Amino acid sequence: MNTQQSVSDWYQLVDDGASQRLVLTGNLTLAALDKKFGQLSGELSRHARNTDICWDLSQIQHMDTAGIVLLWNAWCAKRPNRLILRPEHEKMLRRIENLPAEIPESRKKSPFWPIQAIGGQFLLLWENLLGMIMMVGQLALDSLFFLRHPALIPWREISANLYRTGMQALGITALVGFLIGIVLSYLSSEQLQMFGADIFIVNILGISIIRELGPLLAAILVAGRSGSSMTAQLGVMRVTQELDALTVMGIQHSQRLIFPKIIGLGLAMPLLVLWTSAIALIGGMVAAEIQLGLSYHYFVHTLPESVPIGNLWLGLGKGAVCGMAIALIACHFGLRIRPNTESLGEGTTTSVVTSITIVIIIDAIFAIVFSDVGIIK
Amino acid sequence: MDDTPFIIEIEGLHTQFGQHVVHQNLDLRVKRGEILTLVGGSGSGKTTLLRQMLGLEKPTHGSVKIFGSARYNCDVASSKSIRNRTGVLFQQGALFSALTVYDNVALPMRELRVLDERTIHNLVLTKLSMVAIEPEHAYKMPANLSGGMIKRVSLARAIALDPELLFLDEPTAGLDPELSESFVQLILDMRRELDLTIVMVTHDIDTLIALSDRIAVLADRKVVAAGTLAEICHYPHPFIANFFKTMRNKHPLIDNRE
Repeated sequence: MNTQQSVSDWYQLVDDGASQRLVLTGNLTLAALDKKFGQLSGELSRHARNTDICWDLSQIQHMDTAGIVLLWNAWCAKRPNRLILRPEHEKMLRRIENLPAEIPESRKKSPFWPIQAIGGQFLLLWENLLGMIMMVGQLALDSLFFLRHPALIPWREISANLYRTGMQALGITALVGFLIGIVLSYLSSEQLQMFGADIFIVNILGISIIRELGPLLAAILVAGRSGSSMTAQLGVMRVTQELDALTVMGIQHSQRLIFPKIIGLGLAMPLLVLWTSAIALIGGMVAAEIQLGLSYHYFVHTLPESVPIGNLWLGLGKGAVCGMAIALIACHFGLRIRPNTESLGEGTTTSVVTSITIVIIIDAIFAIVFSDVGIIK
Repeated sequence: MDDTPFIIEIEGLHTQFGQHVVHQNLDLRVKRGEILTLVGGSGSGKTTLLRQMLGLEKPTHGSVKIFGSARYNCDVASSKSIRNRTGVLFQQGALFSALTVYDNVALPMRELRVLDERTIHNLVLTKLSMVAIEPEHAYKMPANLSGGMIKRVSLARAIALDPELLFLDEPTAGLDPELSESFVQLILDMRRELDLTIVMVTHDIDTLIALSDRIAVLADRKVVAAGTLAEICHYPHPFIANFFKTMRNKHPLIDNRE
């Protein structure tokens, strides 16, 4: 007396009086099961609780690894007492049986992990600091070397870097400078108008842009633009083993890659600062003319009297220092990148964040050290 | 789906990059269950053809059918089903360097969103054992693996979803002879276990002889000949003569069909 009850497309429960037999049919494959995988898994585990049930796998048309794992999980990771299966499935089952229950964990978290994490951060900071100091030292040595062998100075690389970091950044720095100039001039003129001190707009714009905003804006833009590209370039050269190829050819990274980048950006930055400040002043001048009716002629003529020339040198000096610092940081983090994609992304981020922070710190140091330069008291 | 004897059908394929014609009126068919090897000189468009079968590059015109349905201009669902039923072993492995070995193999399974973590765990360990990777390497990053292990892990990832169709791009390139032999053995074992159809590109004569059921020779912008090793060897074409010249001296002819 056979009573068949069809529960799912994949199995039938055959009850021949004394014992129950679970016959699996059809394709027990991942592709065939698809969304029903979880459901079938649940139903089979329910049947597996009955340890007397006989599992008949001989009617299965096709079974893949996912299929046997499904059954294995339903059986709670042990072979059922009564099982009928074909030789090829036997082989698959044996492979699963021989698997280790757990993957040996390679590392365990130590109970002192917070201390270790903080210590690790400080060590990392120290390592980076040391790396950068070494790079500065190497730069000094390379400069001495090039002074003695001027024929070996990598002019082409320096010029290429000057073009990439300077020339190609003219557009974006001009746009940002012009807009900041307009905004600053517009806001200040509103305030000054209240006191009837309209003509001091020239002093405010002149000092703030030439001394502070021009260099800072240019430096932050360059840190984001050229700093990231330098880090990524060195990182990809590491990934594609180009750095190794250079070393093998006897070409030093510091001389051919890092020196031109630092010198190139050190030259490009003061020029960019000059350009950004000039455009920002033009923006300010335009806004002042519209807002206060201050003529261009008056603005241009008053500027040299109200802003001592020291401010310009200070701004340019800041630019040169920031440019070299940005290139130095970018190269340092670029060379630290390990050959995998995550490290590349991480290195680029760290490089940009660090260089922007350092730029602002350098700016603060300049403000304190040169506090009595270029200010009319 | 099983009634079509051909798992891949390429008809009248035409590929052009600018003025450069790569394929012209190319026809190729791959039967279910066979291992087909594509050979051809460099620049003959083997890699392009493989990429077109994978759905990475659209041919200028002509049709590429996989499992009987068009590879290009098809709806999202059927494209996804084709992708889930094919596996690829890239030449450099193309393992995700940000993920561990375990996560690399588990990724395609997790993306299906029908499997629970316990099943995935067992499946990953099974796949790794199939490619003979010991479980203690499961938490290593791809950067810390040797070349042979990278190949084996990416093979495990390629077969993660039990595909019916497997593409191998230079499976033994960069492996030493011993490793390459064991890798070939691995592929043969896997084929027996999983009922696979394999399309392979290789330059390695030993791999070619050991694995291929049929060989398709790409030259003059089309498939000039396709057949068993014995048939190909005697086909009159300068490229074939050149390619098999060295081999004929070294190896006796083997018919690899089962």
